[in-house]
Formats: sequence, C-alpha cells, structure tokens
Amino acid sequence: MERKGRYGKYGGQYVSETLMGALIELQTAYERIKKDRNFARELTSLQGEYAGRETPLTFCPNASRELGCRIYLKREDLVHGGSHKLNNTLGQALLAKRMGKKRLIAETGAGQHGVATAIVGAALGLPVEVYMGEVDTKRQALNVYRMELMGARVIPVKSGTRTLKDAINEALRDWVANVRDTHYLIGSVVGPHPFPLMVRDFQSVIGREARRQVMKKEDRLPDTIVACVGGGSNAMGIFYPFVKDDVELIGVEAGGEGIDTGKHSATLCAGEAGVLHGTLSYLLQDANGQVLPTHSISAGLDYPGVGPEHSMLKDSGRVTYTAVNDPDVLGAFRFLSRNEGIIPALESAHAVAWVMKNADRFDRDDIVVINLSGRGDKDVAEVAALEGRI
Amino acid sequence: MGRIETVFANLDRPAFIGFTVAGDPDRETSIRAALALIEGGTDILELGIPFSDPVADGPTIQKADERAIAAGTTVDTVFEIVRTLRKKTGVPVVFLAYYNMIYHRGIDRFYREARDAGVDGILIADMPVEESDDVFETALHYGIDPIFLITQTTSDDRIRKIAARAHGYLYLVAVLGVTGVRDTVSAGAIDLLQRVRKQTKVPLALGFGISTPDHAKICSDAGADGVIVGSAIVDIVGRNVGDPAAMERELKSYVARMKKDL
Repeated sequence: MERKGRYGKYGGQYVSETLMGALIELQTAYERIKKDRNFARELTSLQGEYAGRETPLTFCPNASRELGCRIYLKREDLVHGGSHKLNNTLGQALLAKRMGKKRLIAETGAGQHGVATAIVGAALGLPVEVYMGEVDTKRQALNVYRMELMGARVIPVKSGTRTLKDAINEALRDWVANVRDTHYLIGSVVGPHPFPLMVRDFQSVIGREARRQVMKKEDRLPDTIVACVGGGSNAMGIFYPFVKDDVELIGVEAGGEGIDTGKHSATLCAGEAGVLHGTLSYLLQDANGQVLPTHSISAGLDYPGVGPEHSMLKDSGRVTYTAVNDPDVLGAFRFLSRNEGIIPALESAHAVAWVMKNADRFDRDDIVVINLSGRGDKDVAEVAALEGRI
Repeated sequence: MGRIETVFANLDRPAFIGFTVAGDPDRETSIRAALALIEGGTDILELGIPFSDPVADGPTIQKADERAIAAGTTVDTVFEIVRTLRKKTGVPVVFLAYYNMIYHRGIDRFYREARDAGVDGILIADMPVEESDDVFETALHYGIDPIFLITQTTSDDRIRKIAARAHGYLYLVAVLGVTGVRDTVSAGAIDLLQRVRKQTKVPLALGFGISTPDHAKICSDAGADGVIVGSAIVDIVGRNVGDPAAMERELKSYVARMKKDL
C-alpha cells in the first residue's frame, strides 16, 4: 500500500484511524495551496506587515573577534512574538481558515508555540485552545498570561509526566474528538505526515532569506550553519535550503546534565528508532520501549522525539548532530548578552554554546551562521533565579 | 478455522468482548481479572499492552497503563500472562497495542512470540491500514489475525481497503474520540455499522463508550456481531485494587449482566 511522507525509513502516519480522514484532507488542502498564488501573496504580506520579516542576518563583530571566525546571527528572535514559531503558525492558520476549520488547538512546552498560535488566533479571528503540561504552566507562568491576554484558553495537562510530550498526547485526544471542525496546529517538524513536510516548508523562509543575505554580504555561502534541535523546526527551516550545498550543517541537542546522566533531551545523540506521536523517528525510550522522561534547562527542547527528516539526515551523515550541556548553555546565554547586547533564548543558546566550544575548528575567514531562533526575555527570570538573584 | 472465527461461527448472539490491561494493577491480579471475565462469560478477551503514551485512550485506561507500568509490566510479562491463561482457557486472546511496543521488540520476533504464547489476534491502535504492510504479512505468516479499526470518519474507499485486510473481526469505533464510558450509543455508531456491513462479511464488533446492558442491547438490535467493553471493566479493576476477591465477584456479575440481553 502507498505510504505517505517518508524520509528514508522514517516518518509516516502512525495515528488512530479517526485521524486518517483529517490527515488526508489536510494533505490535499496543503498540496492545493502550495500552488495557489493568492495564498502565497497573503502569507508573504502577513510575514512582512505583521510578523516583521525579513529578519536581519546580523554580523557579530565582538563575538567574531572573541571566537576567531566570522559569526552571523539569523535573527528569528526579532520575529513578532519573539521566536521563529510564528512562521509556521501563520502558514497553518491561513490554511486552516481556507479549509473552513472553526477552531485551533496547539501544544506548547516553553510556551513560545502556544504564544505564536494565540497570536494568529487573535489576528485571524479563530478561537485557540492550548494544551500545556501542568509543570510547564508553572515554569512559564508569564507565557500562560500572554496567551490568555490574546484570548487563548490554556488547558493544564495533568497526565503522564505533565510536560510537552503529554501536552501533545492531550492535543491528539482533543483532535480525535473534534476532528471535523478543529485544526491541530502542531508546532514542530514532528507528528504524522503532512506535518513534518508542511512545518519545514513554512519554516524554510529562514534558510531562503539567510542564503540571499549571506550571498549579498559575503558573496559566498557560509562554511557552517548551526541550529538547536528539540523537535527540530528552526533547524529544518535554516538547513533545508542548504542541504544540497557544500555547507557544514550542525544540529545541537540539549545535553542537559550530561548524556551519561540520563537527564537530557538528546534524542538523535542517544535515542533509537521508535514510534511516538504519529511518526517513526529517533526516540528516547527504555529497554522495554516505554518513552523516557527528558530534561533540559530550556523547556523548548524538552522532548523525547525529533522530526523524522532529521533522523534521515543523521543516518545519511549530511547533518552532524551533537549536544551541549546546561552549564555551557548558560555560559553562551551570558556571552552573547554581554558581547553583542543580544539575549538569546536558552534553546538558541545551545547553538551559540557549540560554536564557543568548537571555536578552535574555525579559521578567521570562516563564515559561521547561527540560527538565533528566539529571544531570551522569557528566560531571564529563570536564569536569575538559578543565579540566586531573585 | 482459527479460534476467533470459531467463536463467531458458533454464536447465535453477539459476542461479548472484554478488555483489560495486562499487568493492571500487577501481574497476578490481572491474571485473576482475565479469568474472572472469562468465567463470567466473556467470549473473546482483549489484553492491552501498557504504554507510556496511550493517545487513543481516555483517563481510565491511561491510569491502568500507569499502574501496570509502575508494577513493572513489560512485554515479557504480557507474554507470561498469556501463557498462564492458555493453560486454563481456550478463549481467544487479542492484543491491543501501540506500535512502538511491537516495533521496539522487532516485528517478526513480536509476532512469533505472540503465536508461541497463544495469542489469536493483534490490533495496533496507531496503525492505519496504509502503514500496515509489514505487520499484515507477518501476522498472516504466524497465523495471527490482524484486526483493524474503522471509525465514523473512515471514508467508504478506505473501508474497502481495510475490509480487504480484515481477519477475525473489525473493530468499529462507536464514538468520535478516545476510549471511555459514555451515556449513550450514538446514531453515528449504528450508521457506521450499516455502512461497513455493505462492504464485508467479516464479523463487526462495536466498541468505545459501551458500558451498560442498554448499550449492549442497542448494538445487538442493530445487528452487531460483537460488543466490546473496555473502560467499564478497567474501572472495576481500578476500584478494587487491594481486594482481588471483590474485583473477581464484581467482574463476573458485570459480564453476566451485560450478556443477559445480547
């Protein structure tokens, strides 16, 4: 039988039968709007007028001097809402509207995707309900308030580990019950086909812009592109337009307290193939196939799965996946703030930390692009608390 | 003829199919629960393999999975439970699993071990027919019935594809949503039964949300070949943790009551 949405052996549609109709409908609608000039025009206009694209590719003179290479940041932190998440929610919400859906649901971990969904719900006039692990609603109380301020309803999830994984479980259960009028707006390149494809396409604007911008500034492609990987949407977004080029691509996972401690979220570094949330991909699981709890200082990377396309890119060797630990991430958080006046999200600070740890590999003329997927304002309270300052 | 086929061929009323989570609340008690269900008159026993992320299940079965995992239940334990049951009963046993539990063990190994333990059918909750090539071939190879779900959102075209692979029985999902007790059997469930009936001769069993003798009677009157009860049974197991004798009594009388009007 014909299988959809495969990345090598990964991907697929491992969902309850109830959802198959909705996935087929979504697939068909997405293929249609991909060729629709009006849709493209509407999305481009919203990306410009509302979201603030294109985002700059900022050269970092001080960090470059410190680290001995030419460092650029792709400034997704400047997208409205404070992260790259809006690229995807704008696209999917417009699509959901075209499909006649009356309601959006979403999952969120740190709250960035929930906020980005609340934003499009308010802007496009669709009611939004966001599932968020009870643990995360407490860790990220301000983001709960932001979502509610924009009219979204936040539903604390009390099942399982009460974090992102369980928020996705609960969103999937809601979708099964309300599939006829509800669109499940998944926030990363995970889940069943067509989500990994669709989210990658909507996020690829990051890489397309970066490519144009670096060519204009440097008249050549970069040597290395670095992005953090949780589910992997910002990384897929910047990698994809460079996959066929001679450019080194580095995905940085959350090493947490160290991979050998078991307290991490480094799925590609330490997981094995498995099926969760509708897709076959690398997965953090125990010897019996039960999904493992994860840890990261950044709630946005705190997920035991990863997008199936990343799994393929790992196996083929096209992308190198590695991990950095929490202390290095905090170091990078401070380094970029201090040297460039840019506070990175703890998620994005993983990418910065990798470049800092690997600065020896680079020559002075090497061009390194870091995807700064989000701004760190949401994290300052947590870091200050860790430092004992508040 | 396989054990499942024989059950449907020999009954002149709908089969009562009872579900319990293997290892809930622990290995021994779950064996007692299964045997009590069978003693009460269960025609086919469905055993859930506990999984950390049961997205097709409501809170009742989620909690049962958590209890079973906390008690140390693994796939090995589940096979042991089936082997123990097989020494005492010839009632067909069907696994309800999430795909990762099978994929992680290796598809061939899982089905081979399942056959050796005496499993008759396997239903994978997150395995639509489009993804089922490997497990379908393997199931047939080991003489295990691959059992599929059909729901109210399944198109006629897909019902045809599913029916073409159906063995044992087709599991018709009576609700839009996850497992769990509901007040009524929806008209949509009866429509679904009639829609699928036009396309296949395979026995049709209705499940999800069915918990009372009235529900069972509605299904029976509509021409269902089987009724499947999960959450209501799991609820009895959950309410009697610590008192297995009371659990056995309640399970037996529950099944007897449910079967009275079938």
